[in-house]
Amino acid sequence: MAYELNGESYDVDEEGYITDISLWSRELADLIAEGEEITMTDEHWEVVNFLREYYEEYQIAPAVRVLTKAIKKTLGPDKGNSGYLYELFPYGPAKQACKIAGLPKPTGCV
Amino acid sequence: MPEDSIFETKGVKKNFMFVCNKAPYGTIYALEALEMIMISAAFEQHAVIVFIDDGVFQIKKGHNTKSTGMKNFSPTFGVVSMEKEDADEDDEIDMVWRIVVEKESIEARGLSEEDLVLETEVLSSGELSDLMAKQDVILTS
Amino acid sequence: MRILNVVNKSPFERNCLESCLRLANSGSSILLIEDGVYAALGNTAKSTLIKNDQKNLGFYVLINDLDARGLSEAPMIDSISRVDYDGFVDLVVDHDSIHSWL
Repeated sequence: MAYELNGESYDVDEEGYITDISLWSRELADLIAEGEEITMTDEHWEVVNFLREYYEEYQIAPAVRVLTKAIKKTLGPDKGNSGYLYELFPYGPAKQACKIAGLPKPTGCV
Repeated sequence: MPEDSIFETKGVKKNFMFVCNKAPYGTIYALEALEMIMISAAFEQHAVIVFIDDGVFQIKKGHNTKSTGMKNFSPTFGVVSMEKEDADEDDEIDMVWRIVVEKESIEARGLSEEDLVLETEVLSSGELSDLMAKQDVILTS
Repeated sequence: MRILNVVNKSPFERNCLESCLRLANSGSSILLIEDGVYAALGNTAKSTLIKNDQKNLGFYVLINDLDARGLSEAPMIDSISRVDYDGFVDLVVDHDSIHSWL
């Protein structure tokens, strides 16, 4: 399987995560989100951007605890909980947000 | 130990020791150990993370894997540090972490504490041996 | 706590046994299995590792892995006891935890 965007093909693994994370772009993220039946809003982008920055620095996706804590810090306590993340990404922040962010599938139960 | 206690794990928190004893990029073991450590953090387990033998090379400063085409997982040890700090500072997290290197191992490899990306406790073989004997589970990888 | 340390690497190839001997608590045990059984031989350049033990460790070697390697009749270090798979299980039960020195 692969995503097709502007005449380019992007390989993915059997679960739909792109295999070369350096090829990620915002346009590609929109396309992946579409496949997940998610329309990207600013709130979605906040999470996706955080994931990418965190991955860039630490070479690993954050645990949900770390993610919620970071969101709590920037967006306030009412959004800093896993319920908020599941509203944005109904099938789970790991399964969907990481996929949209172009990151490898997290190994832990994130 | 009561006979059925190994099956009664609900609510029981064990002390884990992860022994990292292999150099970083030659085999997959070091990366797998790190994944195990991150998962234990996700489950808020008490852990002692130990670097002995060539494992101390995993936390040597200045890894640059670019020209080898391999993933540099050195930055991920930054998360190990943060998890420990969080556990130390946040009362809501019921988790105690220790990060330890064996003195003999770093000395034998011409390294000192300043060469390491992690802030560690430096223990002698004897001290580490005593600490090992206090763990519920010891995993080497 | 008594630990059963399991070593499965040849002492000629890897330093697992040396690290294990250095870090084992006195009174704990070491079981040699798979390629670890070569450390039990009494006449090799590595025999002194176990012969020189000062910590009063219990040493065991798995007969099945000796047999598989043609070592049943080879000279063994005196302080090492031979166990079969049942003995292996007994050792596991008799100790508080297991440490596999991979």
